Amino acid sequence: MGLDIRTPIGLMFSVFGVILTIYGFVSDRVIYGRSLGINVNLGWGLVLLAFGITMLLLGMRRGRLVKK
Amino acid sequence: MNLTSVDWLLMAIYFAFVLGIGVVLKRHVKNSSDFFLAGRSLPAWICGLAFLSANLGAQEVIGMAASGAKYGIATSHFYWIGAIPAMVFVGVFMMPFYYGSRARSVPEYLRLRFDEKTRGVNAVSFAVMTVFSSGISMYAMAKLIQTMHILDGPFAKLGVSTAWTFHVSILVSALIVLGYILLGGLTSAIYNEVLQFFLIVAGFLPLVFLGLKNVGGWSGLKHQLPTAFTHSWQGMSNAHTNPMGVDAFALVMGLGFVLSFGYWCTDFLVIQRAMAADSMSAARRTPLIAALPKMVFPLLVILPGMIAIALPNSAATAINPSTGQMQVSNLGGKGLIPAKVDETTGAPILDSSGKPVLDYDLAIPNMLLHYFPTGILGLGLTALLASFMSGMAGNVTAFNTVWTYDIYQSYINPNANDAHYLWMGRVATVFGIALSVVAAYAASRFNNIMDFLQLVFAFVNAPLFATFLLGMFWKRTTGHGAFFGLLSGTAAAAIHQGLTLPQGAAVGIKGGWLGAVHTYPSEMAQNFWTAIWAWSACFVVTILISLCTRAREEKDLVGLVYSLTGRPSEEQVAWYMRPAVLGAIVIGIALLLNLIFW
Repeated sequence: MGLDIRTPIGLMFSVFGVILTIYGFVSDRVIYGRSLGINVNLGWGLVLLAFGITMLLLGMRRGRLVKK
Repeated sequence: MNLTSVDWLLMAIYFAFVLGIGVVLKRHVKNSSDFFLAGRSLPAWICGLAFLSANLGAQEVIGMAASGAKYGIATSHFYWIGAIPAMVFVGVFMMPFYYGSRARSVPEYLRLRFDEKTRGVNAVSFAVMTVFSSGISMYAMAKLIQTMHILDGPFAKLGVSTAWTFHVSILVSALIVLGYILLGGLTSAIYNEVLQFFLIVAGFLPLVFLGLKNVGGWSGLKHQLPTAFTHSWQGMSNAHTNPMGVDAFALVMGLGFVLSFGYWCTDFLVIQRAMAADSMSAARRTPLIAALPKMVFPLLVILPGMIAIALPNSAATAINPSTGQMQVSNLGGKGLIPAKVDETTGAPILDSSGKPVLDYDLAIPNMLLHYFPTGILGLGLTALLASFMSGMAGNVTAFNTVWTYDIYQSYINPNANDAHYLWMGRVATVFGIALSVVAAYAASRFNNIMDFLQLVFAFVNAPLFATFLLGMFWKRTTGHGAFFGLLSGTAAAAIHQGLTLPQGAAVGIKGGWLGAVHTYPSEMAQNFWTAIWAWSACFVVTILISLCTRAREEKDLVGLVYSLTGRPSEEQVAWYMRPAVLGAIVIGIALLLNLIFW
């Protein structure tokens, strides 16, 4: 198939990660009362961003192998 | 519920990706094999995750959390006993025949191995079942959106009455699933299932983390729950000494053997994902790769249910299903689980012993609302919606394939060209989804009809594995044997159900309509025994009739039966990728998990 699934997965999770991370920085600390005082948006946003970038890199590496 | 723009943004991005994948894949769909079988071109890990995800419908996420809140860690039997062994079996032993025979569907395998009538019975019952399952998924999703008041905010802004929530939810979910399947066929469905798999993990993992942190980890959870909730096998020697009301024999034979093998080894919904693999070796690895995350899924779906029931009542800010307002612990609930409320009086519904009936299905939604602030809440809700849609899409892709190949091409129009069948597949997708919408509305109007249909499906499904087991491993099995075996199995299931009742149930849909001669301690025990009887009847009748009828010539059965088919060679793959090795690893981990949570 022409589309490597890792590319859309990587892209979507990177976008999710960026949005949550930024929101984690700008949001009011009060809303984190329910998540036990942990800024889950910031923390989990960074995790998702790392996952997304890993997927993108894996997809790109395969793309290059196929071209060779 | 108050969702902010960041939550809506995440949800919108997800839907854009879902449809975008379909758009990109559209130019790769050139013939019917691309549309129905993804061109048999996908690598094992993609098929494996889709194999898992297709089954991850509403029943799984909401239902397993509900069961976790009701029965505790014993719910893991549905995974470690009721799924893993069957997944290993289908990969190691059965896939060579499904994939090797080049059958395009499970009913088509039955046609190759047995005869036209056996295929017909399986194809028609399966097609009806998939439409209803997808309808029930759709109904459950719309109901949940209504209960959680997800659309209230935007509706208020647009000046639309909230009475439209149900209709809009059904329509939008139907259109999205329709869109991406029409565009990219099975590949699109499978790609989205993989995306949904990661999304569900991403949405639920932080929930488990926060919940466990709050109750003081596993040891804290153990401390706050009765011991039967944190030991999966305790009290299983007798049906009366465990919360599920089943004994170990019924559990292992009924759930672990008959029901689980009947589903994972014969249901085209999951087998189709493996048939899309790019090689025999990848097809065999598909269920084994799926088994690895499947084993740890109890962590994601059962634990939140257990945490929800373990939390102190005062901690609960849960939604009240009747008003949708966030409120401090509603009357009669336990932890985050509210009591079911009578819609007219607003009073909690009580059972026969005067205790409030808990609405366990709200375990996951309430956990999300309790722990997730806006932002990640959007992610959690998106994951929840994704799980509903992957369940729907799985059913629809299985339906359009069985309809086109096994019903339309076999009985209605056998001699058309491939482009015509591709067109038919698209048409079938449209009317399959239209019928699901009808089923969803039927479910909302007539609760009893749905219960009745699910009962009939259970009767039809229970004996299936006996037919496949004999067909694949005993060359003497004949078409007449298989056909009448299936019918006897279904009849045996109905008769058994008619003669028994679960404790405390009234005669009717729960059983006893032929006069109750035996009472089971729980409905689950009755279901497991119904399955055991159905399977045994099918097994015995198939053997007897096969011995009385003429066997097919051996040369016709090459590639379809174990003793007449060469073992697929696995020389070209690394030793740790070979199905037998992978299967042994999976079984080993499953055993270990059972011991840990003994």
